[in-house]
Amino acid sequence: MFRPLIVIRRIPNIDFMGLRMFGFAISAVMTIGSIVLFGVNGLNYGIDFSGGIVIEARTPQAADISAMRTKLDSLGIGQVALQGFGGPNDVMIRVQRQPGGDQAQENAVTKVKQALGPDVDYRSTNVVGPTIGAELIRAGTIATILALVAIAIYVWFRFEWQFGIGAMLSTLHDTITTVGLFALLQVEFNLTTLAAILTIAGYSINDTVVIYDRVRETMRRYKTMDFSTLINKSLNETLSRTILTVSTTALAVLSLFFFGGQVLHGFSIAMLWGIVVGTYSSLFIAAPMLYYIRPKGVHGRGGEPAPSPASAHPSPGTKTGAP
Amino acid sequence: MLYFQTWKVALILAVCALGVIFTLPNAFSTQTVESWPGFFPKHQVSLGLDLRGGSYLLLEVDTASVERDRLNNLVDELRTALIASHVGYTSLGVAGDHVSVKLTDASKYQDVHDAVVKYDPDLQFTTASDGTITLKPTQEAVEKRRQSAVDQSIEIVRRRIDETGTREATIQREGDKRILIELPGVSNPEHVKALLGKTARLTFQMVDQNASADEGRAGHVPPGDEYLPATENRPGLPTGYVVKRRALVSGDMLTDAQPTFQENEPVVSFKFDSVGARRFAEATKENVGKLFAIVLDNKVISAPVIREPILGGQGVISGSFTAQSASDLALLLRAGALPAPLTVIEERSVGPDLGADSIREGTTSCIVGVILVVLFMIVFYGLFGIFADIALFFNLCIMMAALTLLGATLTLPGIAGIALTLGMAVDANVLIYERIREEVRGGRSLISSLQAGFERAFGTILDSHVTTLVAGALMFWLGSGPVKGFAVTLSIGVLTSLFSAILVTRLQIVTWLRRFKPKVIPI
Repeated sequence: MFRPLIVIRRIPNIDFMGLRMFGFAISAVMTIGSIVLFGVNGLNYGIDFSGGIVIEARTPQAADISAMRTKLDSLGIGQVALQGFGGPNDVMIRVQRQPGGDQAQENAVTKVKQALGPDVDYRSTNVVGPTIGAELIRAGTIATILALVAIAIYVWFRFEWQFGIGAMLSTLHDTITTVGLFALLQVEFNLTTLAAILTIAGYSINDTVVIYDRVRETMRRYKTMDFSTLINKSLNETLSRTILTVSTTALAVLSLFFFGGQVLHGFSIAMLWGIVVGTYSSLFIAAPMLYYIRPKGVHGRGGEPAPSPASAHPSPGTKTGAP
Repeated sequence: MLYFQTWKVALILAVCALGVIFTLPNAFSTQTVESWPGFFPKHQVSLGLDLRGGSYLLLEVDTASVERDRLNNLVDELRTALIASHVGYTSLGVAGDHVSVKLTDASKYQDVHDAVVKYDPDLQFTTASDGTITLKPTQEAVEKRRQSAVDQSIEIVRRRIDETGTREATIQREGDKRILIELPGVSNPEHVKALLGKTARLTFQMVDQNASADEGRAGHVPPGDEYLPATENRPGLPTGYVVKRRALVSGDMLTDAQPTFQENEPVVSFKFDSVGARRFAEATKENVGKLFAIVLDNKVISAPVIREPILGGQGVISGSFTAQSASDLALLLRAGALPAPLTVIEERSVGPDLGADSIREGTTSCIVGVILVVLFMIVFYGLFGIFADIALFFNLCIMMAALTLLGATLTLPGIAGIALTLGMAVDANVLIYERIREEVRGGRSLISSLQAGFERAFGTILDSHVTTLVAGALMFWLGSGPVKGFAVTLSIGVLTSLFSAILVTRLQIVTWLRRFKPKVIPI
């Protein structure tokens, strides 16, 4: 049998704790940036949330978009956006949400289909009334908050509450920055994107749990080790599996991104970002945060200046600093 | 504990085998599967409308209108009762959720009370200090009417859709007052929507020939009358009529309605039940020479003269019908009237070729994902990577089998869920293998490294799977349509991967150990 490739042959000695201020700064900028972008740009809501009409039409000959636009503009249904996509015969027609409730949306669809005539093949028609859009936004928000809380509670039960807080904050960080990315790129935010965000909440916790598990194990084994050293040791020991598990999931999502088609585009972008940022936050947020919230039985002083890499070896001095 | 009891081995192998057997039909076309011998499983996973093409309509029943109609009828009933018993009244009308009336002679209260209670026993009477009586339906009665309106609507919707000949339509209640309709294969549901958009309440009402239609249009109608517009404006015919509110007969007394032709014009012939026939005969006998209006959904289709009494309980409705509109009206009359108007609040329809494109794209990304992950595992873990890949194969099969057997619907986001769980399934293998590597590095023996690897990684694997399941459960609970489809495959995938990554992999490693008695672990 051939020899497997081993990426990390020796356990590395990266000083994650020394980089923690750097990590916190980056995350603070990303989180605040995301919130600002969300406030200023807002999200490019798809019709799932904003309501309105999206029709994918395929014309028998190459689509004459400007002629179609002229026809549709005269219908008095407000702003109509036409956009070619895919082949030259494919047109995406977006009609803004019609004033006057749910029935008005339906009437507009009928008008559009009548105006374009019977030769056009309607590949898909999506109409979402204002009632549904509002409900979906509410359900989505509730689901996301519940997911964060439920995960924190689970981690709390499995570990200690300090771990729960760390896990929740880093997961919150991941979801906020994912929303921020969508506010920045203005990629359509729809139901599948929301599904991606909930999945990210579930998935980003994976690396965190792996690392926390190791931190706890190391805490039990080295009862007197300086906490900062202990976290570094745990992160380095699990680095290989952190990288490999992320890679396998990233491979699956990349193939969705490249081959999954238009509908799953937003989903795969969100997932890719979530996987990357979830790993980053496990290493640079979730783990270092434990240093500050200090689970029980921890040694070493909190709030000290970041230890130098040299302190990776426990010294007698740190032992006496146990609370 | 690197030892499996025989029954456990048998169980694991059986689950894997069943997974493969029940997945198999999905790899073939439906026709091929049908031709298989009888003992073979033939169930295929059902595809969502976004993959097979079709329409999804979410309708909302306007339950408020049921109550509004009810109160209006109560006012009519009360007026009739008051007039019949010669009680003077002022300010009779609907006010919000109740009816109010003021009697000129307060001592007649009991008479009015008795008359109304006979009509509707579920009313609460209150008398204000100025003598105004309010009649308010009880909360339970309102709720009961709402529920039955929705139930009845579902029944009528089902009948109408059945009449159109749409096959395999699903019609089900969604939440409190919504109806979800799925029409596979119908990618342009305009006709169905048009049929469902009509309440189809048919009544025959006498035209009040003493009142002027122009006055009526301006809102001045004699008490007990109403002004109704004509269905369409035709030259030489009035644009509206003042008619008696009280219907002579209504559509619920029809037993049949068929489109037919009369003098080369499309018309709708109808047949009354015995009660309807008797009522119709009496009414037409009394009113020969007068006009009666055929009213559909508060619009007058036509208002012919009664030439002679109609005794047979049969007749035709003429109006300016086309063949299509006559057959639609006949269908609506046969299926019955909706108790309340329906509004389409969400519509999603997908043509069959877009669905086929989505299946292709989804399958391609899954296959590419599998190939990448399989290669990745072989490159990084060699023989153990192959073990993981074999487990991954069985994971896929068991997952598809579970989706098939549970009758879950596979959607495009569902396929994304499958692709995602492929990547996450081998995560468990990575956790185990990395742990084994560590233990080997730590100087443990071969057996004890393997053992420690499986044991220590288990807790971590469980944690990460549970958190993903939490997210999946929430998506299923709170999500709609596409999110639900994704949640189902994600959750099932996470569960099956727990089985395959841990048990199937371990079984392979144990078998390999006993067979080859290796000295070193090749990872």
